[in-house]
Amino acid sequence: MYSFNYLKPGSIKEAESLLSESDDNKVISGGMTLLPTLKQRLARIDNLIGLEKCGLDKIILREGLLNIGAMVTHFDVSNSALVKTENPAIAQLASHIGDRQVRNRGTIGGSLANNDPSACYPAAILAMSGTIHTTKRDIKAENFFVDLFETALEEDEIITSVSLPKPERAAYEKFPNPASRYAIVGIFVAKFDSEVRVAVTGAGEEGVFRCQQIETALSAKFLPESLSEINISADGLMSDIHAEADYRAHLIVELAKRAVAKSIAR
Amino acid sequence: MTEVTLTVNGKKYTQNVFDHVLLSDFIREKLKLTGTHIGCDTSQCGACVIHLDGKSIKSCTMLAVQADGCDVLTIEGLADGDVLHPMQRAFHENHGLQCGFCTPGMIMSAIELIKGKPDITEQEIRQGLEGNLCRCTGYQNIVKSIQEAAKNENNLTNR
Ligand SMILES: Cc1cc2nc3c(=O)[nH]c(=O)nc-3n(C[C@H](O)[C@H](O)[C@H](O)COP(=O)(O)OP(=O)(O)OC[C@H]3O[C@@H](n4cnc5c(N)ncnc54)[C@H](O)[C@@H]3O)c2cc1C
Ligand code: FES
Ligand code: FES
Repeated sequence: MYSFNYLKPGSIKEAESLLSESDDNKVISGGMTLLPTLKQRLARIDNLIGLEKCGLDKIILREGLLNIGAMVTHFDVSNSALVKTENPAIAQLASHIGDRQVRNRGTIGGSLANNDPSACYPAAILAMSGTIHTTKRDIKAENFFVDLFETALEEDEIITSVSLPKPERAAYEKFPNPASRYAIVGIFVAKFDSEVRVAVTGAGEEGVFRCQQIETALSAKFLPESLSEINISADGLMSDIHAEADYRAHLIVELAKRAVAKSIAR
Repeated sequence: MTEVTLTVNGKKYTQNVFDHVLLSDFIREKLKLTGTHIGCDTSQCGACVIHLDGKSIKSCTMLAVQADGCDVLTIEGLADGDVLHPMQRAFHENHGLQCGFCTPGMIMSAIELIKGKPDITEQEIRQGLEGNLCRCTGYQNIVKSIQEAAKNENNLTNR
């Protein structure tokens, strides 16, 4: 690993000003993505800014929305009584990210900032139309995920928390890569009073996306059977050593059916 | 360089470390506790699992400076002299290892996994070991060992 300094600011204001001092400064949350990158010398930085003392580790209910601090670990999301009652689907999603040791360190803020095309949280936040709160502004999920590993975040902007409305029904289904546990395809289905929203991770060449075809079918009737005639085009889907695009297209429909069934059974 | 103070297996250490030193390297090279193994550089194998403030973590994916003020438990901290920890004994009695490279990480993960779960199922154990890879055993006897240790959970000191 190249050498760097580790800084532990005591407030988010201080963290923000340290980050804006240089393009070669970077924040670190759980480090489950950033440290492997640094170990392989894929990145070089001057100062790592740890967010552990910035008070971003709370889960609260604010104006009817579930608000999860950026530093809350996957384990704490999966294990929180408040999350389990307010939004059981996201608790369940978090309980299947990576492995127990990854969940004990990895955070929701780090996962969203990283926007890995196979990560789980982006599908949930997009399907539930969540809001990402940062040191500068509030960003709707629709405008946040830009491209592979790319978000609307500016260089010196830090995620502080995420807010989620409460869906009537919701569930996440993923087909995990057996080695890494990342999603080969992951589907988050969320039914609200006024609309059904479905987001797909792991499959899109440009990262997480909403699937209108499935949304329309489920808006007519929120049942797994509504999807039996659906065919998803493989255009724009990833092909890699794990799966071909047409296989991913098939998985999208299959997993969507399972997610709907799971959300109804819940 | 930063001065860090941490408790490892009940003993307090204060040392100067470079900020970019991994906790796993600190434990192995500074403290000479080589039971914590390094099996990969992608955070996937789990050979390096230790407990940090009671939670299992991959020590290869954390910096020593991040552990400042924390309580660390490594495989060396489990046995009481010649008396094995119940999880170690279960691995010993059920032939839960072959080469033994994955074993320290397996045992540290397993201890957290069965905490408060004397009736843990085989399925739950297999899922709970997602973060630990073994290239020798085929996992059968590892699962058996952990299941037996879970049954004896009452004897487990939650250290
Ligand atoms: C073996 C393994 C398996 C995994 N499996 C899965 C899986 O199945 N599903 C899944 O979704 N993920 C998986 N992950 C990724 C894991 O969820 C990571 O925790 C997550 O992607 C990054 O979170 P982190 O807190 O570790 O971020 P870090 O590694 O600390 O940071 C990641 C990036 O985000 C930036 N960043 C961090 N926090 C903030 C913030 N608050 N504001 C702005 N920028 C920030 C950092 O500068 C860095 O560029 C896996 C990881 C490993 C090692
Ligand atoms: S050495 Fe492989 S996960 Fe830490
Ligand atoms: S016993 Fe050899 S790697 Fe597990």
